Amino acid sequence: MTSRMSVLVLGGSSDIGRAAARAFAKAGYDVGLAGRDAAALEPDAADLRARYNIEASTRTFDVLDTASFDGFVAGLPVLPDVVISIVGLLGVQQKAESDLAHATTIMRSNYEGPSLILGLFAEKFLSRGNGTVVGVSSVAGDRGRASNYVYGSAKAGFSAFLSGLRARASRGGVHVVTVKPGFVRTKMTEGMKLIGPLTVEAPVVGDAIFNAVEKKTDVVYVSGIWRLVMLIIKMLPEAVFKKLKF
Amino acid sequence: MTLVSGWGRFPVVDTEMLLPRSFEAVGEAVVAGSVARGNGRAYGDAAIGAARTIGMTAFDRVRSFDPTTGRIRLEAGVLLSDLIDTFGPRGFLPFVVPGTRFVSVGGAIAADVHGKNHHCEGGFGRYVDSILLRTGQGETIEVSREQNSDAFFATVGGMGLTGVILEATMRLRSVETGWIRERVISASDLDAAMRALEAGDSATYSVAWIDCVARGRNLGRSLIYLGEHAGRDELAEGAAVFPVGKTPGLAVPLDLPSITLNRYSIGAFNELYYRMGARRAGGDDVVSLYPYFFPLDSLSDWNRIYGRRGFLQHQCVIPEAGAREVLGDILDRVARRGDASFLAVLKKLGHGEGLLSFPLPGYTLALDFPVKGDILNFLDEIDRVVVAAGGRLYLAKDARQSRATFEAGYPALPRFKAIRKSLDPACSIRSKLSQRLFDEV
Repeated sequence: MTSRMSVLVLGGSSDIGRAAARAFAKAGYDVGLAGRDAAALEPDAADLRARYNIEASTRTFDVLDTASFDGFVAGLPVLPDVVISIVGLLGVQQKAESDLAHATTIMRSNYEGPSLILGLFAEKFLSRGNGTVVGVSSVAGDRGRASNYVYGSAKAGFSAFLSGLRARASRGGVHVVTVKPGFVRTKMTEGMKLIGPLTVEAPVVGDAIFNAVEKKTDVVYVSGIWRLVMLIIKMLPEAVFKKLKF
Repeated sequence: MTLVSGWGRFPVVDTEMLLPRSFEAVGEAVVAGSVARGNGRAYGDAAIGAARTIGMTAFDRVRSFDPTTGRIRLEAGVLLSDLIDTFGPRGFLPFVVPGTRFVSVGGAIAADVHGKNHHCEGGFGRYVDSILLRTGQGETIEVSREQNSDAFFATVGGMGLTGVILEATMRLRSVETGWIRERVISASDLDAAMRALEAGDSATYSVAWIDCVARGRNLGRSLIYLGEHAGRDELAEGAAVFPVGKTPGLAVPLDLPSITLNRYSIGAFNELYYRMGARRAGGDDVVSLYPYFFPLDSLSDWNRIYGRRGFLQHQCVIPEAGAREVLGDILDRVARRGDASFLAVLKKLGHGEGLLSFPLPGYTLALDFPVKGDILNFLDEIDRVVVAAGGRLYLAKDARQSRATFEAGYPALPRFKAIRKSLDPACSIRSKLSQRLFDEV
């Protein structure tokens, strides 16, 4: 047993997950990486150990397998100080419009699974009396848009869940962070047309997550301009908004 | 297809750009006419595939590190900036760093980059123990001085043409601090500059900045920067043992009109720079490693100051005997021409490590020129002087030398080609540079 702080990253193989893990490891946290394929996470765990001389481990976690969540949490050798969910699925909007199975997977991957697992961790943290829960949501959840509302609505649900959880948990010494990254150059967005000034690299998001946990920020727009962009988008009257093609 | 260029933004070439995420995907990505690309800091066409370019930046993991020996195993896409930021605070730095820290380990091996310590400590490749290479014919082999040594010496400095560098094992230098004890010497002409570099042979780091606008009596007027790693006892009270490397904040937001740099603006800048440096000359200063090694890194996208058409860096090395006359001749031609370099650097080099490594014992001179007018003809003229003196040009900077210049400068080329042939009989690995300089197709 060490007395070091520890962080658990759900969705550890994603670019943002790897970046967040590095930001915490750099500050001396021990790191757990969880994802569907634990073996595939081992090179990243080795990277963290070699770079920062900390403990890093991997475990299997499938966000769609909600029945496994109780066992997953109970099976952790140590309850972490910080848990971060970066799990999510962008999916294909056009396909989701008629393919209910695909739409369901998007909704479950972005709302049901992340909310349930973070809710479970928050309960454990509340019994302990401390801990931080971080959910990576999306600016897409701020208002449903024609081009990605299946994904956006799931993220909206996730943001609302985190908001309520934060209000309740803050009284018990547990902090909840909502992260809305905006455009990030990652595997998920590869091939998409991203607008340069609105786009950040994954390490910027990793550092922003770490800073938000340290400073107990509630809601983080990684690039400040997104707060403004989404404020304007949210304020547009529906009559105008529905005519916009984006 | 994507338009891709090197750091000099000339030439701009259409290529298929892939970003594989696994070594298996790298293997599948290699088709006829592919070459790997690191962080795109080669100036010309070295890291652009003849047909397809394989971006390696996703491979940024450290495999293992032994703090007792400084030995590190890492993936080829790890940047030196990352290594410095991560291992510097733990007391380790790369033995060799080039003028920018934003290069990948794979790129640094492929170009066998040199730093300000080449005259006494050699180049990047000297500190590489082994390389995991994916050859053009589909094998993945470990190459080192002991195992597949032909392939090793062809890969170090081989511009990525022996295969895709996947991983490497290298040694890091143990340092007490991230600070450099710097001494500035002002030299009023080329003779004085070369004497100062000669006298600086015992210094770990040495480099000269030349004012290319100065002519006649002042030709070769220079500031010489010598450096040593500073110990803890030399730091100012309260200074961090390892300074923070700031992410470049200041950026050149757009391509400046090419008229921005002219003989008057450069002349005024150089005059100011020389005078400020001369005022500091003599005493020792302890400076952060970041501005000492990477003065231009603080200005991101500085390549845009040369305008939309890009720029050419001409970096040659001239063998020590007779270097004084040849360098004087080149500097005189440059000064008379008038659109002199914004940056001109003179430095002493030692022996290179690989078959196509650039360094040879002598002096290297690096000059930047905006792409305009008859610059290509002028550089051909300079090349003839270099070749006549037994010198050569640095492939990592090159975008335009002729086959004849290249062949004259690199006598080990036939041997390199034979080794390449044995690793890749079909010549799958081909870059725009290899097409230009020596491929038969």
